[in-house]
Amino acid sequence: MKQKTAIQEFLKGLWDENPVLVSLLGLCPTLAVTVSAINGLAMGLAATFVLLCSAFLVSLLRKVIPNQVRIAAYIVIIATFVTIADRFLAAFTPDISKALGPFIPLIIVNCIILGRMEAFASKNGIGRSLLDALGMGAGFTLTLLVLSSIREILGSGTWFGLQLMWPFYAAWKVMVLPPGAFLTLGCMIAAANWINTRRRS
Amino acid sequence: MSNTPKIIIVLTLITLISGAVLALLDSYTRPKIDNYRKIQENQAIAEVLPENDRINEVAKDGYVFYEAYRKHELVGVAFQVSGGGYQSELVLMLGLSPDFSRIIGLKILSQVETPGLGTKIEKDESNKEDPGWFINQFKDLRTLPSISYVKNASPSRDTEIQAISGATVSSKAIVDILNTHIKKAKAARGIE
Repeated sequence: MKQKTAIQEFLKGLWDENPVLVSLLGLCPTLAVTVSAINGLAMGLAATFVLLCSAFLVSLLRKVIPNQVRIAAYIVIIATFVTIADRFLAAFTPDISKALGPFIPLIIVNCIILGRMEAFASKNGIGRSLLDALGMGAGFTLTLLVLSSIREILGSGTWFGLQLMWPFYAAWKVMVLPPGAFLTLGCMIAAANWINTRRRS
Repeated sequence: MSNTPKIIIVLTLITLISGAVLALLDSYTRPKIDNYRKIQENQAIAEVLPENDRINEVAKDGYVFYEAYRKHELVGVAFQVSGGGYQSELVLMLGLSPDFSRIIGLKILSQVETPGLGTKIEKDESNKEDPGWFINQFKDLRTLPSISYVKNASPSRDTEIQAISGATVSSKAIVDILNTHIKKAKAARGIE
């Protein structure tokens, strides 16, 4: 396989290997927290922070950590950064922390992060690992932002809490309920597949 | 095959460093988090109790009672209660008259009920004039012999509230939490 350039390493996470739309990873937080745009954005940024910090450490320690206990070591590293993110959100943005509830601690078992550590950061240098983590984090955040924006606009008539639809807009309540998450995500994955198929042919 | 010592050393070091970092972080963020909780609590107490010039904290039988005094006279008691809602734990701050026969105010501290249905217990977006109509019904509600709810009708007794249509379980949950805890708290305070 040809070595990717730095910019390609970053860009692949945004579309070609988008963690949610193509790899279908991390669907639990994707479906659960995207009831409003601010939640989606906060979740994406928190996951990106954890991805970046963990990728840095895992890549740095990749020759030190014995192969047999690598998963255990990754989990401890990831859990540490997740706890840092969780405590910071609780201390400085209590409202967002309250809205995201258990899903911030659950970043620990988010398969995007563990997957990138195992598949990439443990085999590549620090620079590449950071670019990969940044790309994946950005892809995750953007996907969550689009998904949560669609759900919030249709389901509540607002975007980032601002009234967007006309005053008597009858909100589609189903969009902020769990079925709305599945419907919207399904449509987004279908659209991504459709675009990719057309591009290939 | 003798990399067992290495495994032990590396894992121990990683967990030790992680523990140290988290301990430091905790000592830095905990005061901020506690402070926020305290502010929220004080705001809630102020909302559910009448004007007072002094609040006295008394812990008894698992409850923390906030006694409100005005000119050395007890004018109300507030305490936090919780219980299961439709899909989440409901945490409420309840303000009662000193003999527990009348609710002075009720505030929801936390709930994660169904958006658009159960969340109406806190804020009903479909009622533009009075989004807090449900929770406001509890103001001046009598608690004896017990609180009850009616569906799709206006309450006829002074112990009744109207349930939210489409969110009966959440409405009932609040009534149940109140009845249970008012009884228990009465026993804790020795009120007949």
